[in-house]
Amino acid sequence: MSIPAKISLNHLAKAFGPNKVLRDVSLEVETGKSLVVIGGSGTGKSVLLKCILGIVTPDAGDILVDGKPLNRVDFLHDFGMLFQGGALFDSLPVWHNIAFRQRQGKNRLSKKQAQELAIEKLRRVGLKPETAFQHPAELSGGMQKRVGLARAIATDPAVIFFDEPTTGLDPIMAGVINELIREIVVEMGATSITITHDMSSVRAIADKVAMLHDGKIRWHGDVTDIDHSGDPYLDQFIHGRADGPIEGVR
Amino acid sequence: MQAITLINGFLASIGRSTLAMLAAIGRLAIFTAASVSHIFRPPFYPVELAQQLLRIGYFSLPVVGLTTLFTGGALALQIYAGGARFNAESVVPSIVAIGMVRELGPVLAGLMVAGRVGASIAAEIGTMRVTEQIDALTTLSTNPIKYLVVPRVLAATLAMPVLVLIGNIIGVMGGYLVGVYRLDFNSAAYISNTVDFLEIGDVTSGLIKAAVFGFIVAVMGCYHGFNSGRGAQGVGQATTNAVVSASILILASNYLLTELLFTA
Ligand SMILES: Nc1ncnc2c1ncn2[C@@H]1O[C@H](COP(=O)(O)OP(=O)(O)OP(=O)(O)O)[C@@H](O)[C@H]1O
Ligand SMILES: [Mg+2]
Repeated sequence: MSIPAKISLNHLAKAFGPNKVLRDVSLEVETGKSLVVIGGSGTGKSVLLKCILGIVTPDAGDILVDGKPLNRVDFLHDFGMLFQGGALFDSLPVWHNIAFRQRQGKNRLSKKQAQELAIEKLRRVGLKPETAFQHPAELSGGMQKRVGLARAIATDPAVIFFDEPTTGLDPIMAGVINELIREIVVEMGATSITITHDMSSVRAIADKVAMLHDGKIRWHGDVTDIDHSGDPYLDQFIHGRADGPIEGVR
Repeated sequence: MQAITLINGFLASIGRSTLAMLAAIGRLAIFTAASVSHIFRPPFYPVELAQQLLRIGYFSLPVVGLTTLFTGGALALQIYAGGARFNAESVVPSIVAIGMVRELGPVLAGLMVAGRVGASIAAEIGTMRVTEQIDALTTLSTNPIKYLVVPRVLAATLAMPVLVLIGNIIGVMGGYLVGVYRLDFNSAAYISNTVDFLEIGDVTSGLIKAAVFGFIVAVMGCYHGFNSGRGAQGVGQATTNAVVSASILILASNYLLTELLFTA
């Protein structure tokens, strides 16, 4: 008997009024693997992640986790997410943002422990310890993104979603973050879904790649196969060509 | 034929807006019920509650105090002028006190707090909605209603009676200052008149009103913030809606409460 995939999506559909964003999306992520979702801007990649989280309710289709229908409370218990816009709590200092989950519940960390944890996570995303005591509004966009990343990985969760982890970062820092994500998947055995437009990220992070186009999965396969897929849509996307089957105006 | 389509279109538009209004009332009712039920179920967030008590209660003191101070003074002048028409100037202390404690204290404080606190709650939560901070709370296994709404609703409901009590005292003092220094009342007589005529029921009914108004302000702020549209414009609209709806509900519920509390 084969082990069920960590997450599988079956025939997911979602429309906002007349705007049919997801038409029919079926996708699987195996435990401990890294899936990268690519696709043009506005094709519904962020919406896809939000459907899994229950922030957006899909119109049709179902979501299985470990082969069973998704139980959101349990799923979110061991989960981390980097939002595209960071979504840091601007009323709280950076350290409290990062250790937010650990500052709650019965076994909550003390303030000092939480700050130490935050500083350790900040180091992993290439930020200085001083940053822990600043507020999100005082940070640059790229710094906010990395704090969001630190928050997502703070509990060493089993499943992590990254929505555009490297946009807004300089090339060197993007490389550091790519390596970090790869490390988290390989060393901690986390299952991850990453959205990105950055082809160097795709090659650095992915085990599997899925391309979303026109509300469907256009192409799905191993990262090693993306250069000779024979799919004109994927080829156009990878090489960033203006002419091809994907229209420039969306 | 054309007339019928015209009438149909007209009736359909009435039907549509009626349905939309009923749906909005339903959503608000569900939101309110969820907020209230979460007040009694753990986890609780005492730190957030304390912060909101400070923000909603303590920092509203100057606004409420100034409002009731000036209103108490003006009230004394008006009642003196009115009372003089039938030689009843001596009613000034008791009418100022009763008017302030039963009606003006809670209503004015409610309206001022709606402007100050309702707007800031709606703007804050609306911004959190727009920047996905509320979604982020959910992914961190934190119920946004418990973490954001409950502390604000609880703080406003608890703080308003205290605010109004202090506001009442300052308002009566405003009347006293005008009475003694401007209208030549005897200081001791003014005070004894105030105390003698005021019943405990006057005070408690005002404080019940205050608690209801605090609840209304916080729930409307949270509700409109939560359902804020996208972008800065959405947040601006949410803020306006929160203040306007809270103010109207305060005035309407004030009438109902007055009927309930004083005509029975
Ligand atoms: N809450 C919402 N209400 C209405 N429409 C929405 C909502 N969220 C997303 N959309 C629409 O869904 C479509 C897909 O949005 P989404 O954010 O998933 O794009 P994306 O693929 O992540 O793009 P990008 O790469 O630019 O982030 C867009 O047309 C957007 O306008
Ligand atoms: Mg997106």
